[in-house]
Amino acid sequence: MSAHPSTEMMVKPHPPQGVIAKLKNREPIKRPIWQEKPSLAVTIGKFVTLIVVTGAVLFPLWTIVLTSLSTQEAINAAGGLVIIPNGLTISAYVQILSGGVVSRAVGVTMFITLAGTAISVIVSILAAWGLSRPGSLFHRTILFMIIITMFFSAGIIPMYLLVSGLGLINSLWALILPTAVSAFNILIVRNFFMSIDQGIIDSARIDGAGEWRILATIVAPMSKAVIAVIALFYGVGFFNAFFNAILYINDNDKWPLQLVLRAYVLQGQSFVSSGGADTVALNQAQPASLAIQMAVVVLAVVPILLVYPFVQRHFKSGILIGAIKG
Amino acid sequence: MTVSTRDGRGAATQADREASATVLPVAVTENERSSSRRRKGFKLRFKQDRSLLAMSVPVIVLLVIFAYVPMLGNVVAFQNYSPFVGIAESPFVGFSNFARLLEDPEFWHAVGNTLVITAFQLVFFFPLPIFLAILLNSLLRPGLRTLIQAVVYLPHFFSWVIIVTVFQQILGGAGLISQWLRQAGAEPLDIMTNPDTFILLLTSQTIWRDAGWGIVVFLAALSAVDPSQYEAAAVDGASGWRRIWHVTLPALRPTIILLLILRLGDSLSVGFEQLLLQREAVGAHAAEVLDTFVYFSGVVSGDFSYGAAAGLLKGIISLILVLAANKVAHMFGEAGVYQK
Repeated sequence: MSAHPSTEMMVKPHPPQGVIAKLKNREPIKRPIWQEKPSLAVTIGKFVTLIVVTGAVLFPLWTIVLTSLSTQEAINAAGGLVIIPNGLTISAYVQILSGGVVSRAVGVTMFITLAGTAISVIVSILAAWGLSRPGSLFHRTILFMIIITMFFSAGIIPMYLLVSGLGLINSLWALILPTAVSAFNILIVRNFFMSIDQGIIDSARIDGAGEWRILATIVAPMSKAVIAVIALFYGVGFFNAFFNAILYINDNDKWPLQLVLRAYVLQGQSFVSSGGADTVALNQAQPASLAIQMAVVVLAVVPILLVYPFVQRHFKSGILIGAIKG
Repeated sequence: MTVSTRDGRGAATQADREASATVLPVAVTENERSSSRRRKGFKLRFKQDRSLLAMSVPVIVLLVIFAYVPMLGNVVAFQNYSPFVGIAESPFVGFSNFARLLEDPEFWHAVGNTLVITAFQLVFFFPLPIFLAILLNSLLRPGLRTLIQAVVYLPHFFSWVIIVTVFQQILGGAGLISQWLRQAGAEPLDIMTNPDTFILLLTSQTIWRDAGWGIVVFLAALSAVDPSQYEAAAVDGASGWRRIWHVTLPALRPTIILLLILRLGDSLSVGFEQLLLQREAVGAHAAEVLDTFVYFSGVVSGDFSYGAAAGLLKGIISLILVLAANKVAHMFGEAGVYQK
């Protein structure tokens, strides 16, 4: 874009450093010779579109994070959400994480996410390996049985009747077991397992290694990337689970973060727990302050942001596409 | 006659076998060997594959309990189910729940809403990621492309509670834009609570959440295009737009068809959580779709059989839709969701 980096560098009194230097000294874009240069209008249109699109994602997140970190004065001065930093504090986070409804919900969500992901990933890897050898006994039948669940689901009512019949209402297991198996994720792993070079596995078999041992010592270590991907898919699913919690969890003390978010931010209820005795140290009668509400939103976003770079890495590996095609 | 012939043959075989204990008749041994291989084979194969089978057991158990038992549980749709007496004791009423459904204007309203929302999203949401993916693909800097892709894909991983909260904070009556409008002396926005524009709100939320996902999918398809195709087209005198039409779009065709099939199969489920979350704000009338109908008539009102009937109807029609869409894809020579 900067057509003459050298002249700009001469004009500047100090040679640019760091990021700027990299930007100035980077290689000029290589447009293939057969490609005509786009007109200025097209280029401007393109960049305006891209700025609008990325801004539409980043701006709301920016203002929410900033408001959660702002002092009450800054929020009052802005008349609501803050867009320019003006007095920062972490007191909202200190308040919600020092015990009470939100802290408990964070604990519940952590349990569901960690236990659920562990169970789901383990059973999925096992099934994927168990079904990865063409011609093994019953493998077509079992595969068919798994795939059917992708196209036909029982529906809300029978699920509810089953979960209540099993006595899992108000149990956190109701948020884990019914969604523990995703046919889709099993197929992703199975596809990957089937693409592994059979030579290594056959030689291990000849050496007398059983299937369990082959899976644990050869196949699983080779499949870290795909395992990470399904762990993320499962993890995000458990973390975001909302409707099942509405359906199966009546007890406020067992609410996951998403339900707390809905009650106290979306519906603007005040932070009073079911017992009434242990309220958060907030204005109990009124809805929580904007900073605290936004801090709850941030808590529900941050774990996603933390794992996100790992999903990113697998963009190009084609796993996502292979996954969609089944 | 036939009996005696068969007997005779059987006897002959028997005699042959006994007579030639050492020199076995070829045909018989072949038969016996293959059948015994099949019998022994099963045992042997079971022995060989039992660890593989054992590995599938946890998933089978979970699916039987949490997918197949509830499928059978749909019998309540044909009953007058009462939670106090259970499925076994509840009286069967045949198709009367379904008959009631078909006469219920609320049900048809929910069906209508569902289809309108699906159609609206198909027209206004579906093409957008294709357009943006082509635009991103035209960027010459791969780093910039990856960065933008990463940003727009992010909301796909947010829960609906977060999506709706973000929209409420920005576009709600007490949100950021209303705050600016109020400071400027104008009326605050009522997008979040206006039932008439609710479908626009739903679609923009879906766009905000899932456009990035679509972009990633389409970009991956585009990255598989051999650049020499573009070069050849350019050499033949095709302009930039014509190259998009003749090279880029055909390369995206299988992906577009695949996603359309998936969308059609899902056309009866439109953002259940999304609607549930906003039902109070815009009112039940605008936000009633099939899934919320099932939930409110079944679980909330306690009319389980009625809700289950609506849910079962929805499940079966969805299944038919996805199978039909896949069939159509095969007719167009595309791979579709599954083969065979």
